[in-house]
Formats: sequence, structure tokens, C-alpha cells
Amino acid sequence: MNARLNNSLLCLYLLIILGFIFSPIIASFIFSFNADRFPSLPLGEFSVKWYEAVNEDADVWAGFYRTLTVGVSVAMVSTFLGFCAAYTDYRYSFTGKSVYLALALLPPTVPLIIMGLAMLFFLSRVDLSGGTHSVIISHVVMCTPFAMALIRLRLSQMDPDLESAAWNLGASQWGAMRFVIFPFCLPAIVSSLLITMAVSFDEFAVAWFVSGLNETLPVRILSFLQGQVSPRINAIGSVVFMLSMMLVIAANIILMRNSSKKTTEE
Amino acid sequence: MGLISNRSIFSAFFSFPPLIYQLAFFVFPLFFLLVLSFWSVKFYRVQPDFTFSNWLYIFEKGYFWKSYGWTFSLAAMTSIIASVIAFPASYYISFKLSENIKRIVLLSLIVPFFTSYLVRIYSWQVFLNDNGIINAALDYIGVGAVAMINTKLGSVIGYLTLSLPLVILLQVFSLSNIDRNLVEAAHNLKCSPLKTIFLVVIPAARVGLVLAALFCFILSFGDFVSPIYLGGATTQTLSILIIDLSKAGQQWPRAAVVAITMIVTLLATTFLALRFAYKGKS
Repeated sequence: MNARLNNSLLCLYLLIILGFIFSPIIASFIFSFNADRFPSLPLGEFSVKWYEAVNEDADVWAGFYRTLTVGVSVAMVSTFLGFCAAYTDYRYSFTGKSVYLALALLPPTVPLIIMGLAMLFFLSRVDLSGGTHSVIISHVVMCTPFAMALIRLRLSQMDPDLESAAWNLGASQWGAMRFVIFPFCLPAIVSSLLITMAVSFDEFAVAWFVSGLNETLPVRILSFLQGQVSPRINAIGSVVFMLSMMLVIAANIILMRNSSKKTTEE
Repeated sequence: MGLISNRSIFSAFFSFPPLIYQLAFFVFPLFFLLVLSFWSVKFYRVQPDFTFSNWLYIFEKGYFWKSYGWTFSLAAMTSIIASVIAFPASYYISFKLSENIKRIVLLSLIVPFFTSYLVRIYSWQVFLNDNGIINAALDYIGVGAVAMINTKLGSVIGYLTLSLPLVILLQVFSLSNIDRNLVEAAHNLKCSPLKTIFLVVIPAARVGLVLAALFCFILSFGDFVSPIYLGGATTQTLSILIIDLSKAGQQWPRAAVVAITMIVTLLATTFLALRFAYKGKS
């Protein structure tokens, strides 16, 4: 009886914690359909006017296209770099490997504000600041570790004899890479593309520093936040949330379907 | 010969691109930040120089040390609060939930990472405002308004929004790796559940628990959104100081001094935390 009471108390506790984590997300979604300018309870009328306001805002659309360009480029470059780093870690051992891995994995632990400051100053010195490409360069630094981690995880599921078997059967290193390693990693590569894109979609701090006048969508949200209260933030947030979630769910489905396939392949 | 060079081309093709990229766009910019801290500003333009004046200027200012103290203690406080709040939930998730429900809860904890942090902070403003949702509710049950936004409480709520899901995930991960036989043995030896938690579970999961708190510290220490938009910049944290110095004041070398100080602090904290975590383990 006592144990059951304890368990239901713990369950209630977990629900409260989840409530704390999710209430801002859910509230933002609800208030994006609320007509009142100053959101409060009880709710005002149902309205899509904030979505319309966002839709008519040329800056938002420009920011959206820029975010999309950045996201797609970042996804491709960082997934390529992440794949290279993961394969290097999987295949080779060499002196200084721990330094190599540290370089590949450390960037997310540096505070964004410091990354932003460092990137802005460095990029402006080499004349690369203030554009969409500056955001791409910086986001690749931050997204590569995620790509590396995802692909490395997949490689660790691979039978290490598979690659050498291909060599013994006469495949060149490139051939084994193309016909054995790459197909095996493909699900992780696809989910890495989606996850890095989602990370880039939401990044605002470094982008705020380096993008200059070429604001991305999250930077646009930051300037809304700096200005007056505007429920438009909720509308943009809900749309971006849906997009990110679609990417993440797609990534998950691809990963899950293929990791269950792994057992049948072996 | 041909074989060897082909081999080395192959290995270079995969090993070098990430190395070169991270050296050029991660290590070098951070190193450049260190160099920048010795440069000087003349007529609002940054000039190469070798002067300690930025370091002296920043370190002599009382407000810098005040910011430093606040940032450090707020981040430390947040990581303690987050660890304590998260633990019962993580314990419940790892020991009491069935595999399927556990998976769903863990997936739902990943969701916040893909929602805009800015939007969540804006949403908290709606809750915490002086005439926001929480105060409306308090008013309804007859309790007077409580100031929550533009206070340190606001900053801490923002930090927790950022870090709590990660802390729970890391704690669950470390708790799930505990040898179940240990817990069972304690149970068989008539150790009470609470005693088991403190004498068996927490020591066994120490590394993961410390890492979770460390990540929370790193995230809170560097965040600028919560202290500005929920803390109302009532306490000027180091991140706000960097923004003021760089974006508003054009004092890039001084901002670099603050940034380097932050990095050194984070490295030292990480070193001490890891030493504590692995103390007595191989």
C-alpha cells in the first residue's frame, strides 16, 4: 500500500515536471489562435489574424527563405564532415586521436554568445561576415558534432568484418566504401541531414551576431522579442515547431525502421 | 607504392576535411578571440596591438566582478535545483516505468530541443507577467500579485526551461546503466528504499549525475536570453555584458576579455566536476 502510494506520488511528480517543460510550448500554440493582443486568461476569440500578419510580413518570408537555404546547406556540409569524422574514428587509430575527437565533438559546449563573438570577429577579418554564407559557416561548426555522433552510432552497429570481407573479395577501399559502408550508414545519414537541419532552423544567437542585415527567421523572432509584445511570435513559433517536428519524426522513423532491419541482415 | 599512395589518399580524404574545417572555423576563431583581447580600439576601430589595458580595465571594474559572481552563482544554483528537481522524475522513469512508456516519455523529452527557445521564453513572459496567467490565477484564489518577471526567479525559470529536459535525459541514462543486482541486493539486505537511493543508487550513478549538473551549468552560464527577457536585465550577467560591450559599445577587445574569462571558468569547472565525478574510479 505504501509502495503504491509512493508510486502514484512519483507519477504525479513526473506529470508536474512534464507540465513545466511543455506548458510554454502548448501555451504558445494556443495563444497563436487568440485574438487578444495581450495574451491572458480567459482566452479571447479564436482568430488566425496573427498567422495572417506573419504571412503578410515580407521580412518574415525573406527570413524564412534564408533559414531554409542555411538549413539545407548546413545539413549537407555538416553531414559530410560528420560522416568523415565518424568513419575516421571507426576505422583508424592514430596518435592524437583524442584531440581529433575533441575537435569534432566540443563545439556545442562553447556558449553560443562566445561562438557568436568569435565567429563575427574572425569572419569580418577575412571578409566573410554579414551574409547568409556567414551563418552557414558558423552553423556547420556547431552541427557537425551531431552528425558525427549519429553516424558513429550507426557504424558501431556494423559487423567490423563486413568491410574486410569486401576487400578480400577484391573490392577496392573506395568500392567497399561505396557498396558496403555507405549503404549501411544511409539511414543515419538521412536522419543526420534532418536533425542538423532542425538544429540550424532554431539557432538564433550565433546567427544574430554574424548575419548582419541578412536576418534568418530565428533572428527575426529575437527582434520581435526585443520590440513590443506581439503574438506573431506564437504564430511563427508554431509553424517552425511543426516543421522541426516533421523533420525529427521523419528522422526517427527512418532510424527505427532500419535498426530493426539490421537484425535480419546479419 | 601505388597501393600505398592510394591508401593514404583514401584515409586523407576522410580524416582531413573535418579536421581542417574545425581548425579553421572553430579553433582559430577562438584563438583569435584571445589575440583580440590584447588589441586596442582607436576611433571606434579595432587595431592590432599588444596591450594589457583591456584586461586591466575589465578586472578593475567592480561591476565586472559583480556580474561574474551573479552569473556563476545563478548557474551553480540552477544546476543544483535542476539536479534535485529532476532526480525523482528520472528515478521514476528508469526504475518504475515499463519499456514502452519509458520510450515515449524519453522521446517527449527530446521534443523541446527542437522548439524555439525564444518562443518558449516569450511564452513564459505571458505566464509570469505582473498581470499574466499565474498572477491572474493567484488573484482568483485571493492571493495578491507576486512579482516573477524581471527578477532572478525569472532568470532561473528560463535556465530551467533550457536545461531541465537535458538533465533528466542524462540522469535517466546513467540510472538505467546501474547494475540492477546492486539494488536488489540492498533490498534483500533489508535496506529501506530511501536508504538504497542514497547509499546505492546515487553513488553508482555519480558520474552521470555530475555530468548532467555540469551540462546544466554550462548552458545556464552562457545563456543571455533568460536573464534579458525573464530576468529583465536586473542582474547583468556576463553574457549581457558581452552584448553591451560588443554590439552596443564597439569595445570588441574588452568583450573578448570577458569571453576568455568565461571560457577559462567553464574549463576549470569542467575539470573540477570531472575530477569529482571520477574520484576513486580507476
